[in-house]
Amino acid sequence: MGIKDDRELNLPLYSTTSDLDLEEGTVINNMKINNTQELPSDDLTSNADLKKSAFVTSIDFLLNWARKSSIFPAQFGLACCAFEMIASAASRFDLARFGAERFSASPRQADLMIVAGTVTWKMAPAIRTMYDQMSDPKWVISMGVCATSGGPYYDSYSVVPGVNKIVPVDIYVPGCPPRPDALLYGLMQLHEKIKRYSIKGKSAGNDV
Amino acid sequence: MMSKALSGKEIENLLKGEFKSSIESAGEDFIYIQNNESECIKIFTFLKDSKKFDLLNSVTSVDFIDHFCVVYRLTSITQNETAVIKIRCGEGRDNPTVSSVCSVWRGAELQEREIYDLMGILFTGHPNMKRLLLWENFEGHPLRKDFVS
Amino acid sequence: MTSELVTMNIGPIHPSTHGVFRMRVTFDGETIVDAEPVIGYLHRGSEKLAEERTYVQVVTLTDRMDYTASMTNNQAYILSVEKLSNITPSNRGVWLRMIAAELQRIAAHSVATGFLINDLGAWHTPLLYLLREREKILELFEMMCGARITNSYLRPGGVFMDAPDEFWPSLNRFLDEMPGRIDDIENLLTGNEIVLVRTQNVATVTKEQAINASITGPMLRASGVDWDLRHRNPYDFYSQVSFRRPMGTVGDNNDRYLVRINEIRESLKIIEQCIDMIEPGPVIPKEVPFLVRPPNGESYVPIEAPKGELGFYLVSDGGIAPFRCHVRAPSLINLTLLRDMVIGYKIADLFVTFGSIDVNMGEVDR
Repeated sequence: MGIKDDRELNLPLYSTTSDLDLEEGTVINNMKINNTQELPSDDLTSNADLKKSAFVTSIDFLLNWARKSSIFPAQFGLACCAFEMIASAASRFDLARFGAERFSASPRQADLMIVAGTVTWKMAPAIRTMYDQMSDPKWVISMGVCATSGGPYYDSYSVVPGVNKIVPVDIYVPGCPPRPDALLYGLMQLHEKIKRYSIKGKSAGNDV
Repeated sequence: MMSKALSGKEIENLLKGEFKSSIESAGEDFIYIQNNESECIKIFTFLKDSKKFDLLNSVTSVDFIDHFCVVYRLTSITQNETAVIKIRCGEGRDNPTVSSVCSVWRGAELQEREIYDLMGILFTGHPNMKRLLLWENFEGHPLRKDFVS
Repeated sequence: MTSELVTMNIGPIHPSTHGVFRMRVTFDGETIVDAEPVIGYLHRGSEKLAEERTYVQVVTLTDRMDYTASMTNNQAYILSVEKLSNITPSNRGVWLRMIAAELQRIAAHSVATGFLINDLGAWHTPLLYLLREREKILELFEMMCGARITNSYLRPGGVFMDAPDEFWPSLNRFLDEMPGRIDDIENLLTGNEIVLVRTQNVATVTKEQAINASITGPMLRASGVDWDLRHRNPYDFYSQVSFRRPMGTVGDNNDRYLVRINEIRESLKIIEQCIDMIEPGPVIPKEVPFLVRPPNGESYVPIEAPKGELGFYLVSDGGIAPFRCHVRAPSLINLTLLRDMVIGYKIADLFVTFGSIDVNMGEVDR
């Protein structure tokens, strides 16, 4: 990471890391300037091929059933909504009965990214990296109003006005914070969306 | 048994001995001291060692439009008293600089970094004067009254 | 054979960091040699936004700072506004505020302890037990004000809504059951050999170090300093209730865990005393205006939040919005000593230490 190995042990680490900070700062500034438009996500209601061929083949049906019944979310709690996500995974509103059994820490083994909490420009490169590390098929739920549109911090200087400027979003769950029941409803809507995919059309996950 | 908040006059009495020239004025429950870097450190060291103000509650800053102000809140745990000391800096809004109290109280380290980040007041003598909450290359200091995003 | 130092980034997204917290750590094998915390991934600019909202609208911003303890955040802000504008709160409002604050302290300490034990390796069992107790408290909050977590319940002068009739039997039932549950959890954990071996004498903080680094809250009491703002500088009606202050001796991880568990028991006693002393009446006085416009001045009233000393420094210039609103965030200041506490110990102790400081990133970054 650019640190010399034979430096003296009593020199604090932070005196050698200001170059790293400058590099990361430049990346964040570029993201802030470039990402001003929403990224499009799969719109499965308009593609005529999908309408024809969905539900016809049993392969589609089986594949979609397998994919929707065991979505593994990636742990991605940022702020207050994270506690409602934890509460929805705890014993009262059990998320595991809807198939989301294992919250995986590594994005490479996850299907779903629940962005729960306020997204700041400093955090944006990390979110984009994590989204790119997930393998297809993948979906994104934006939980809470902060991730949907900036929420109560819409006019702040350091908050991204909606995570759909950085990653394409499939389901939006409003609330501040949304009750665990609301998140479960959003997850069930995602199941409905997954049922409509077909191997003849586009698969989930994007070329963006 | 409430904490006794020392009034301006009482704080002035505490410092009257050797630091009389550094006291600018005394308000109702705070005093203003001169922005002289070496004298400030001596005053704070005196308050901490001899007068037992060993807990630094907070270091904050305010942007009054024509000058800045740094506010220190001190507490004495053994005697259950609190004191407020303010320093004016940056007259005319250019180059506000104050000396850092990290050598006296360790707890000021992160708070002074945050004041530099958000308000732009430089603290001389700080071991790690970097931005804390915003990213490097961010232009401007957001909490100033003339910041436009 | 030579070995090298390895510098690694324990990134903002990590299963064990409580929120978005990043550390650049240098290791020599498994021993930590140096650590640099990097924060600011949740900086939302609350202090700047507070200058553009009215005094009552800022209450919603204060909820979301330390999001595990919204009621105490509101209490700190409202006490500062009341001092600034010379509003005397109504009695019933104050007793309800105290009940809400102590319930919130139980919930916040449960979450802190649960995640600390989770990091120690007891995968989810004590965490789910404590989250079950927290769900009961959140149900009580929902009865009081309609929201579970970020409840903007307090207003200048008291609270905005009285507790309904079904609240009091539920609260009594909760108070009857909770000591038994805390005993269950303590039987699991306090004398447990693994917890003791991993947390005793790890990351000790002496009294002088703690006071010099402006540490407050359970971390200060675990190092042996008797400083609790509810006792030394009472606000609301804390001078009329009696409670003990659990203290530690050495200031290691084990002491910090024990202080929090024992504070839960003390909070239960405070709630019982509040229920005995509350009387019927209005929850907010009629003279309080809808749009609070305090005169010129400044105020700062510190309270004992679950994380430490929390206070809002408000400067007013006679307008409807604060001229300057600064938060003295206990989590940020308690992080000062993280580097020193962690150097010399192993990588597995890093997150246990960080969890025992009990930091909330919403408050660190504001």
